[in-house]
Amino acid sequence: MKSDSYVTAHPTLPKFDYIKPSSLQEASQLLIEHSGEARPLLGGTDIFVRMRDGDWEDKYLIDVKAIDGLNDLSYDSTLGLTIGAAVNMNRVSDFPQVRESYPVLVEAIKSVASYQLRTRATIIGNICNASPAGDTIGVCMLLDGVLNVFSDSGIRQEPLKDFFQGPGETNLQPGDIVTSLQLPIPPNGMVGKYYKLGRNKASDLSIVGVTAIGYPDPELVSGFRIKLALASVAPVPLEVTEVETLLGNAKITSQRIEEASQTAMGACTPIDDVRASARYRKLMVKNLSKKVLTDVFSALNDR
Amino acid sequence: MALHRIQLTVNDELEQVDVPSNMTLLAMLREKLTLTGTKNGCSTGECGACTVLINGEPVNSCMILAVECNGAQITTVEGLPQDGKLDPIQDALIEAGGVQCGFCIPGVLISSRALLDRNPNPTEEEIRLALVGNLCRCTGYVRIIEAVKQAART
Repeated sequence: MKSDSYVTAHPTLPKFDYIKPSSLQEASQLLIEHSGEARPLLGGTDIFVRMRDGDWEDKYLIDVKAIDGLNDLSYDSTLGLTIGAAVNMNRVSDFPQVRESYPVLVEAIKSVASYQLRTRATIIGNICNASPAGDTIGVCMLLDGVLNVFSDSGIRQEPLKDFFQGPGETNLQPGDIVTSLQLPIPPNGMVGKYYKLGRNKASDLSIVGVTAIGYPDPELVSGFRIKLALASVAPVPLEVTEVETLLGNAKITSQRIEEASQTAMGACTPIDDVRASARYRKLMVKNLSKKVLTDVFSALNDR
Repeated sequence: MALHRIQLTVNDELEQVDVPSNMTLLAMLREKLTLTGTKNGCSTGECGACTVLINGEPVNSCMILAVECNGAQITTVEGLPQDGKLDPIQDALIEAGGVQCGFCIPGVLISSRALLDRNPNPTEEEIRLALVGNLCRCTGYVRIIEAVKQAART
């Protein structure tokens, strides 16, 4: 028995038109034509929540997942890792070269929501959504990730370091479509960690997220280059560049790490929201930065 | 809003359905195909009650459009029994007493089936991680996890 009437379940999605173009040109044209009321659709894990809440009122969703090349995931010993826009997070974290060379990316991915959501969610979507809480953004930023962007005027590259302008705000213009993310080969001997504080251990958005990577660098006084990025404590995903300088210019001691953590706390500008107060977030930035920097430093020494 | 005609395989049966753009896979399963085993809990991809398999991978069916499933193979809780016999994970869940109100169970079953398909001998940690996206508000997780362990042994 099949019913023919569509009885709306609560809370339903508002009305929109779903369009599935087969080329970048066509998708880009549609996005320009319907500028302000259309957006590219990848996994939809943010879009559908925002639309149900009434925050986003797009009239058109342009599904770009069927476009040639957007499902590619590849590793090259000179170029590094290329993650196509439509590649879901589980595919990335299961990819042998990612497990081998980018374990900190796997850690960040596994902290996102649940397994079944990660079957849909994409790294590129996480980046383009430009939430300050994006779990996978910090590591991609610290690894000098670069986005390949298609537009009607050509293809350009957007380094992640300068990509974010505010919550949900990026350098992307109407008609731009991110086709892939390029992650260079990690430096020799790199270690990385992602620590996430949420209201529960399972699947919540972060109250504070800290990513640190480090690797031997004989040109620095300390012998190590260590970088730190913060999530959920500024309008954009934030790299605290002073930490790299502080931990590079002198021998690394627990006091020096304490100082770097204090600097990270000073650099962030969190807000009060439903998950935590700004003051709590600041203190947690200090504590988690200390923990992640200490753990990365001791992992470097264990090598 | 135009209707899209899609063809897909649901529990080994070929279906042809006309769906509006904004209809989720969950709504299509429940309201067009009257497969009401799959439940609508939170509608935000958090509770996992609507989890189904798409081409063998678990997905929150409230977070994917029906039109996106054109050509896909879908398995819902109704598709778990084979030849009139319950799936081993269903038997194990009954045996372990892992069901109270039952609302989360279709999703729990699908996530567990997917886990056992990709990892036939999961550790307790792996079971817990695989079920992070399936919230139960009455029985609790101990007996559910016991059931997955039991099913892995059979």
